[in-house]
Amino acid sequence: MKYRSVFDIIGPVMIGPSSSHTAGAARIGRAARHLFGREPKYAHVYFYGSFAETYKGHGTDVAIIGGLLDYDTDDTRIRSSLETASNRGIDVNFYEEAAQTDHPNTARIVIGDDDREIELVGISIGGGKVEITELDGFELRLSGSHPAILLIHNDRYGAIASATTILASHEINIGRMEVSRKAQGEQALMVIEVDQNIEDYVLNELERADHITQVARISD
Amino acid sequence: MFKNAAELVELAEKGNIPISEVMIRQEMEVKQVTREQVYTQMERNLDVMEKAVEDGLKGVKSHSGLTGGDAVLIQTYMKNHKPLSGHLLMDAVSKAVATNEVNAAMGTICATPTAGSAGCVPGTLFAVKNQLNPTRDQMVRYLFTSGAFGFIVANNASISGAAGGCQAEVGSAAGMAAAAIVEMAGGSPSQSAEAMAITLKNMIGLICDPVAGLVEVPCVKRNAMGASNAVVAADMALAGVTSRIPCDEVIDTMYKVGQRMPTDFRETAKGGLAATATGKKLEAQVYGNVQKS
Repeated sequence: MKYRSVFDIIGPVMIGPSSSHTAGAARIGRAARHLFGREPKYAHVYFYGSFAETYKGHGTDVAIIGGLLDYDTDDTRIRSSLETASNRGIDVNFYEEAAQTDHPNTARIVIGDDDREIELVGISIGGGKVEITELDGFELRLSGSHPAILLIHNDRYGAIASATTILASHEINIGRMEVSRKAQGEQALMVIEVDQNIEDYVLNELERADHITQVARISD
Repeated sequence: MFKNAAELVELAEKGNIPISEVMIRQEMEVKQVTREQVYTQMERNLDVMEKAVEDGLKGVKSHSGLTGGDAVLIQTYMKNHKPLSGHLLMDAVSKAVATNEVNAAMGTICATPTAGSAGCVPGTLFAVKNQLNPTRDQMVRYLFTSGAFGFIVANNASISGAAGGCQAEVGSAAGMAAAAIVEMAGGSPSQSAEAMAITLKNMIGLICDPVAGLVEVPCVKRNAMGASNAVVAADMALAGVTSRIPCDEVIDTMYKVGQRMPTDFRETAKGGLAATATGKKLEAQVYGNVQKS
């Protein structure tokens, strides 16, 4: 079941006008920000389907950038996010794409700075709920209905064990887990959905663990 | 976890508990949190809804200028006239409109189940409240009951206008409101499901055709009609009227109709009212204004 909580239905508390095109967009942007781990210096945002047709009217552009600035759906600063981004020297570009996608509300976001770049695809499935379906070429099914940890790790033995051992030591139950890689022996992505929000100290511990190169978290 | 309306009603009737209680208990179990945590979060949502209605009744205007001020017009009319459709109905309409006017003005609202359909549930709640004089607890429960039915629609059909048209948004919202009114008025769980079915049946086929892609025209007035549809259906269900087609089959039908709906009618602003001569003229005005500012 895609929706698990009553608060997916009665909620989120948000700045209007659209739960899918504004609140959902903010959440996709914020997921990108969290996965990147810091404020990016540039953002290229590609809109597909209904997003491409109506993003101006719904403030989808404003909301995605608000998310990239780490604003939640009910943060009134969303309204002036484009100005804020511009003042902070973030180079922002939007593109309307004609290609058909599986879901009508799809956005592809490429963000980065001098050191790093990430690319992800998010879909807004209704009522403010989102899913991240692609990260740096890794396909994933990050439902967004659960808190989750994303770990980029070396594709070698022991990487998964080092992560799960840490979670076990903190009595954190894993609800769902998937591992994907582009090629053997290179980098891999571990997505772990858990039942409760992950605290900073757990994340820090994971970051120091063997074979894990990068950590990110999605909170509920 | 209940998967459909039949299971939800059965859980409530077997346990001799209201639907709101089924929803609260499920939420506690799924999230592994206390009753107090679940309850407090919903109370906060109720506060946001109350504030949005208040703000809307003071009068707001959207950036585009397409919507705003109608909630005030209706309230003023109600003070000076005896509304033909009755005081409670027009009160619900004005409060639904108020919420969506605040939403269109990028104000703070609570999505129920979406922002574009955020008026139906609070609009009916704050109108029915004046007649039924519920406790604060009953008002919070109203939201859990609405949420329970929205949960079923979201998981078995859709609550996205881009995926299923307006029937998936305002249709779902109105059905959720109808079910919650029934519980607040002392109806049974199965009567709540009947009210949901009766409401949604009358919203099947409704397309999503926002002028200029804005959640304003016709969204605000669709919430007005969604709210009135909900109040009427709740009264019918409380009278003992049942839907010949069961609630779950109505929800499934809404889903199938949505799947066959052309993309022009699913939140692309390419068809329906958005494609009328006036719709196009308004769109040109709106984006002309945006570029100038």
